[in-house]
Amino acid sequence: MVLTLAFRNLFHDRIRLVVTLVGILFSIVLVAVQLGLYLGARKMIIGMIDNANAELWVTAFGAKSFEEAGSLDGRQRHIALSVPGVASVEPLVASFNEWRKPDGGATLSVVVGTDMPVGGLAPWNMIEGEPADMFRPNAVIAERTYLENLGIKGVGDTAEIGAQRVKVVGLTEGIRSFTTAPYVFMPLARARAIMGMTENQTTFYLVKLQPGAEAPIVQRALQARLSGVEVLTTTEFRDRSLAHWLFSTGAGVALIGGALLGTLVGTVIVAQTLYSSTKDHLNEFATLRALGSSSGYIHRVILLQAALSAGFGYALGMTIALIIIEASKNSALPIIMTPGLAAGLLALTIFMCAISALAAIMKVTRIDPAMVFAR
Amino acid sequence: MTKPILEAKGIVKELGQGAGMVRALKGVDITLNPGELTLLMGPSGSGKTTLLSIMGCILTPTEGHLAILGQSTAGMDAEELARLRRRHIGFVFQSYNLFPTLTALENVRLGLDVQGVHGSAATERARAALTSVGLAHRLRNYPRNLSGGEQQRVAVARAIAGSPALLLADEPTAALDAENGQAVMALLSELARDESRAILAVTHDNRTLPFADRIVHIEDGRIVGEERKTPDSRRPPAEAPRSKKKKA
Repeated sequence: MVLTLAFRNLFHDRIRLVVTLVGILFSIVLVAVQLGLYLGARKMIIGMIDNANAELWVTAFGAKSFEEAGSLDGRQRHIALSVPGVASVEPLVASFNEWRKPDGGATLSVVVGTDMPVGGLAPWNMIEGEPADMFRPNAVIAERTYLENLGIKGVGDTAEIGAQRVKVVGLTEGIRSFTTAPYVFMPLARARAIMGMTENQTTFYLVKLQPGAEAPIVQRALQARLSGVEVLTTTEFRDRSLAHWLFSTGAGVALIGGALLGTLVGTVIVAQTLYSSTKDHLNEFATLRALGSSSGYIHRVILLQAALSAGFGYALGMTIALIIIEASKNSALPIIMTPGLAAGLLALTIFMCAISALAAIMKVTRIDPAMVFAR
Repeated sequence: MTKPILEAKGIVKELGQGAGMVRALKGVDITLNPGELTLLMGPSGSGKTTLLSIMGCILTPTEGHLAILGQSTAGMDAEELARLRRRHIGFVFQSYNLFPTLTALENVRLGLDVQGVHGSAATERARAALTSVGLAHRLRNYPRNLSGGEQQRVAVARAIAGSPALLLADEPTAALDAENGQAVMALLSELARDESRAILAVTHDNRTLPFADRIVHIEDGRIVGEERKTPDSRRPPAEAPRSKKKKA
């Protein structure tokens, strides 16, 4: 009967129910979109770092992110290789460069130069061609979603990067860039030539450890042996990149702030409607108390009302959020929904409704059952 | 001699605080015996409802002693008093206090649910209680679709479904027309024939007098008189019984 009473109390006043559900729905959609954008941005920022097969990154001192790092010289590689626990040290070049479109105009791209050895970085999610195709003359691999930005239609089209003519020989799917400058994969030598680097220069060294070697120990040893560089674990480099793009620029604060605002607005709306619903049913709760119900029984009715609101609000909110997410798939900043985020949003909705129920429970706790005789 | 269902001795109740404090009950002694329908009558402000609230374990007395089925209520907290109410006391309210979003059957089932009776057992007992008050054909109706008399009978069914030893009714006929008021009183009178149950109704309504076994008068917070009828003199209103009156 507790469920029946909670359900009927909730559905008795349809207008109030609609207001409650809109409040939860608004909150869920706002939080889902904001956190989904955050996750989308995060995935773009750390995509290169996470897909590189390396435990440690050697970077120029003060490197801010994958796209913004100074250059290293070739001596560092030989020193690094002599450190115990190091299995391989592979160069990787990454830098902004101008992409000249075949029909005129230019856009900024990020040149990624890699020879794809074990312990390096190879293009992934290929939908056309193979990673090894980029070793053909002037070949590069581009991202499908940026074809329009790059002014090309697909594989076989040509353009220029710097002063070099390049030909697209393969396409990836989903390697998006937070800066909106498309990643263009090519062999190291071509990348160095485009960037005006010597054959020993690089942007990063990707360090792969020998089996059983401990990353912190090798990191400290490398840092001690190499001068003028930083040795970062993958996690440290990932955190630094996120801190740079999301928090130094304020973008992350805006996204998280929006999510917090959504939670706050949702909580206030649900709390207000639940409280006023409880006030409207106060005489009924007093009757229940007079009939001998425990206060726990009444609290269960209120909590179930909150839980039902949460359930319906979550289902509606997630439906709309998923539609928005689907629509954002090909946008500059795709929104991401993960099982973890979906579960987190459910927990947030339940938390929001439980907090909202507290005000109503506090009201009903002070109820005087003698009021049933006062009518 | 049968054991009383309720015994109240020296009940004093002070309402409010400081200069605004009012002594609503000034030492009330009352006993409710099984198989009796007692009417508690008195003018407005005489303390009827306060006494009913104390007998129903909703208010606690400032002074005095109250026992239900021999169990003293002294020192009980709100949850213990609630437990006592759900085990032994049924209520009928002036304004019925039915849940508008529940059908007649669900209203009665809710009362049983509070007492810990659930599922098909609750449904069967609720149906039997509604049948006993003549509402077997109204089980699925919501309160808004029932007349005042029918709503009050649903409230009576809710009160008796759990077979309480004590049934307390607050002005049960006040919101009803003469015909429905008589029907509800006849129902309470019938229920009072159960030798395991005592019924007390607070009332202003003189039309209820013929149904009573006993009439207790209260004025200014004190019991001022009591009329007791002979067991065989309880009759339908057309054959109103004689009564003997004595000063309390």
